[in-house]
Amino acid sequence: MAVALVSGLAVASCSVPDQDATQVGDTSRSAVVFAAASLTEVLTELGAEFERSHPGTSIDFHFGASSALAQQIVAGAPADVFASASPEPVDQVVDLDLVAEPPVVFAANRLQIAVPPGNPGEVTGLADFADPDKVIALCAPEVPCGAAAREVFALAGVDAQPDTYERDVRATLTKVRLGEVDAALVYRTDVLAAGEDVRGVDFPEAGRVVNEYPLAVLSEASDADLASAFADHLRSPTAEDVLRTAGFDVP
Amino acid sequence: MTGAPAGGSRRGTAVRGGARSRRTGGAAPALLLVPALVGLAFLLVPLLGLVLRAPWGELPARLASPEVLGALRLSLVCATAATALSLLLGVPLAWLLARSTFPGKRLVRALVTVPLVLPPVVGGVALLLVFGRRGLVGEHLHEWFGVSLPFTTGAVVLAETFVAMPFLVVSVEGALRAADVRLDEAAATLGASRWVTFRRVTLPLVAPGVAAGAVLAWTRALGEFGATITFAGNFPGRTQTMPLAVYLAMESNPEAAIVLSLVLLLVSVAVLALLRERWMGGASR
Repeated sequence: MAVALVSGLAVASCSVPDQDATQVGDTSRSAVVFAAASLTEVLTELGAEFERSHPGTSIDFHFGASSALAQQIVAGAPADVFASASPEPVDQVVDLDLVAEPPVVFAANRLQIAVPPGNPGEVTGLADFADPDKVIALCAPEVPCGAAAREVFALAGVDAQPDTYERDVRATLTKVRLGEVDAALVYRTDVLAAGEDVRGVDFPEAGRVVNEYPLAVLSEASDADLASAFADHLRSPTAEDVLRTAGFDVP
Repeated sequence: MTGAPAGGSRRGTAVRGGARSRRTGGAAPALLLVPALVGLAFLLVPLLGLVLRAPWGELPARLASPEVLGALRLSLVCATAATALSLLLGVPLAWLLARSTFPGKRLVRALVTVPLVLPPVVGGVALLLVFGRRGLVGEHLHEWFGVSLPFTTGAVVLAETFVAMPFLVVSVEGALRAADVRLDEAAATLGASRWVTFRRVTLPLVAPGVAAGAVLAWTRALGEFGATITFAGNFPGRTQTMPLAVYLAMESNPEAAIVLSLVLLLVSVAVLALLRERWMGGASR
């Protein structure tokens, strides 16, 4: 169990894009996608599917924190497509005129209450977060999930009494997995990805604070046609199914 | 090749005994001097980066803010408590490793240094698995006494002790091995009990080693991040120490993070300089 928990803690790996992944044959084309860590599973799946349906192409991913990815793109990293977990990082790239066309929102994520299996704290809604006797974990207000949590509590008029402000959404979820807290507020996709270790509890205010994922094809793209084709693929009905299964909303 | 003139000068000065120490103290051979200076620059240049990039104008306002003062106070209190706990448990442990014989001693010595190589975040998870609400020990603490360690200031002290104590143990054990055992034996033949020997003879002999180990442990505890945020969580005034505040400030305001780092640096350097002056003034010269 310990090993699983430890590996769960590790921040989503940053796979370095393999620039030389050209395939045998002169028709091989490749695109590099910079994407938010929370998209790791869905984009890896959709990328493999795209490669299958477009023989001779290769889609390489570089996953990381959206803000860090934006800084890398601004600094000249060789990216063709940028999929961010919030609008601000894309805005930085847009401000410097580095996108081929205006970004589009292709997915959205909402918050959900995460509780350990069996729900030891008997948490049923946001109001339980104001109970000082319950052990509560929230993301720190400095990171996106913490900012969203703050907004949700303001909307619901709940004065949350957390015991800890965790550094990111995965660390917050780990506290739930270990059963150290009665409840936490994380993204719905994280609850689904955690499987049996965590149970999700819906609450009505969640739909009012939605975290949007913009997608942009960059103007410096080495193969603009391929980059656009993959961006279109991310907005196809197939992609919609994969995203919804993972817990994302699709606009 | 560059060693030849240095060797020559050493032979020459050996004749005039008085000048010898001054000469060897002054001129370092280039073979040592160059890597030494590169090493020094490597350690100091990142610090210089911080100093140059710091928005100095913000410093007084930051220092005066209650959150920063709270984090700073918590850092100092917890690091000091962790050092005290390390001394209380670590000096006897070092004595056991240096002076007694028991089966599996080599293994125990290796295990003591495990926290040195363990990524601190993993150390924090390990502490949760033992002292957490569902942990091996924590479960019973919670059930029988209603005590829950995670997310408390006590958890910060435990996390820092876990990471810092090996530094003290290694340092004190080294001092104990270097100390002359015959002095202990002399005390014993004069009728001192083992405890009196330890307290009146052994301990004073290794005091510089204990002091050095305590300083190492204190600085390590002060900078502790991974185990603390994992085991104790992060809550202002209760478990948010300076390194945690710096990390979170980095997410939203890198400038503020630089200022906070400098505050932590200035305070720790000031405390260490004061301690050195007071307790190790003679030794450093």
